[in-house]
Amino acid sequence: MAARLLANKNNRVDMESNEVLIDCQSVWKVFGERSAEAIRSIAERGLTKREILKEYNCVVGVSDATLQVLRGEIFCIMGLSGSGKSTLIRLLNRLIEPSLGKVLVKGRDIATMDAATLRETRARHIGMVFQSVALLPQRTVLENAAFGLEVQGVPRDERNRAAEAALAKVGLSDWKSRFPRELSGGMQQRVGLARALTSDPEIILMDEPFSALDPLIRRQLQDEFRQLTKDLGKSAVFITHDLDEAIRIGDRIAIMKDGVIIQEGTAEQIVMNPADQYVADFVAGISRLHLVKAHSVMVPVDQWRRQSPGLSLDGLPHCSPEADIDMLIGKITGTGSDAIAIADGGGIVGVVTTRSLLLGVRGEPEVRAAA
Amino acid sequence: MEFNPGAFLAPVIDWLNANFHGVFALITRVIEAVLGGIEAALLVLPAFAVIAIVVAAAFFAAGLRVAILAAFCLGFCWLAGLWEASMQTIALVVVAVAIAVAIAFPLGILAARRRRVEAALRPILDVMQTVPPWVYLIPAVMIFSLGRVPAIIATIVYGIPPMLRLTTLAFRGVPNDLKELGQAIGAKPSTILWKIELPAAKPTLLVSLNQCILLSLAMVVLAGLVGAGGLGAEVTRGLTRMEMGLGLRAGLAIVAVAILVDRLTRGALERKPRAV
Repeated sequence: MAARLLANKNNRVDMESNEVLIDCQSVWKVFGERSAEAIRSIAERGLTKREILKEYNCVVGVSDATLQVLRGEIFCIMGLSGSGKSTLIRLLNRLIEPSLGKVLVKGRDIATMDAATLRETRARHIGMVFQSVALLPQRTVLENAAFGLEVQGVPRDERNRAAEAALAKVGLSDWKSRFPRELSGGMQQRVGLARALTSDPEIILMDEPFSALDPLIRRQLQDEFRQLTKDLGKSAVFITHDLDEAIRIGDRIAIMKDGVIIQEGTAEQIVMNPADQYVADFVAGISRLHLVKAHSVMVPVDQWRRQSPGLSLDGLPHCSPEADIDMLIGKITGTGSDAIAIADGGGIVGVVTTRSLLLGVRGEPEVRAAA
Repeated sequence: MEFNPGAFLAPVIDWLNANFHGVFALITRVIEAVLGGIEAALLVLPAFAVIAIVVAAAFFAAGLRVAILAAFCLGFCWLAGLWEASMQTIALVVVAVAIAVAIAFPLGILAARRRRVEAALRPILDVMQTVPPWVYLIPAVMIFSLGRVPAIIATIVYGIPPMLRLTTLAFRGVPNDLKELGQAIGAKPSTILWKIELPAAKPTLLVSLNQCILLSLAMVVLAGLVGAGGLGAEVTRGLTRMEMGLGLRAGLAIVAVAILVDRLTRGALERKPRAV
């Protein structure tokens, strides 16, 4: 399972099209009776979250959030409770109206859509899965999975076919005539995912879908979800309070605190270069073994020559820049060599030494440690 | 100095009577026609046939115990010689409840969605529930004169508050994530209402219907005082003539009808969702 996950991460989804599906531009959400005034004073006087609360008795849910979700990628938004991540995901399909800023879905501003167009967009392009699953208790699993198409007025045969196909994808074909209460938590969440897949949207919004599940089931669903999303070529915005989950699932991760996105990047970028102490504390406990790749820990060839005169590159074992620390350790311990040459496209681009490898395990790039 | 609201209200009623007589006459005619139809339907078959149908329906809707109870209750009404009066009372309750639900249900949903509507309705409901029911009968009789129509009107007024309050409660209690789901999958507001909110609110709504029916039954009996007929008239007759036997029989028949109606609605309410 780990190998499969790794393979997925390595091909990193070839987001060849780079098409932006969701473009969220400087979006604010302020809750409270005087939110309009509060927003004005943010724009004019640049007040902080705390000042807004004091002066206007308004709560800033999301503050100046900018992000882009590309076709085919899984974008994780990670933050603790109260960080505004659930508000942010609801701004993306306008379950919550933004106070300021723009959200473009496939190039169209959803704030200016009329009710019918908005419904159409939600029904066809943006699926959503909830933490609480939100299954309708009086309906069977199949009827729940088909519900999205039912409200769109799709005939029964057709929607049941689509729902059965979606249930098969999540491995619940045998359960279609059961009721939600007869299913375990993990199975219920699979139904929630099947319901989102039935309408065949391009984007799936996942609001902490696995948070209420026990750890083993959660890991299993994380892997299945990532695999399924990639196989079907869907894009997803995935909300979580668990950094491990964000790293397992996300192609890119945004970390939120107090309504602000404080860092955005790949798991490796965040682990190797945390933007501030808050992020650094978060990533401190994360294992680097499968996260950090050779290109982040290698030293330039010149530097290696200066440090170890007399040694030749030719005698060193080779690895690709995408090899992770775990693999590099295996190479070093297996061959008895002190260094590994990193080869990319025929040339040697750098050298991983025992020292740089040890620093990498701690999440410190050699370059920074040397400086 | 004495405050006398009646001094203001009585002229209003007089004015209504003088200027809207046609409207009230029309209401009277419609209600009388519907009532007459239901009564005729209940009385067209012989008593034992009606009992058999109700018992069979109770068996399928709510199970064997309720079916036996239904046979017992209706059997008592028949054997006590009060079959016709019982059917009249049931017809009154059916019409009163139907109209009360038609008014209270949409208002209850509206109150669940808008705080202002609820705030405006609350004192009115408080008054409707606490003013003794006899008091409603006075303006009802002034406008619609004696008979079944003022009884129905007073019963409706009495049946609306519990139905409305519980409807509001039921719709407030629909989990927010289910409503969010409806929006997120692009459902129309009416679809969200019928396919998500209504099923989720159903258990509380059935309780409210049950309450509405029982309170209406109590009121319909009381309305025997203004010539509503049915079991209430028998009780009134027993009271005015000091006939212990008649009063007791009619009283027990009312209990029988009440138990029947209560168990039938409750049985339907507690019925499990469709089997797998």
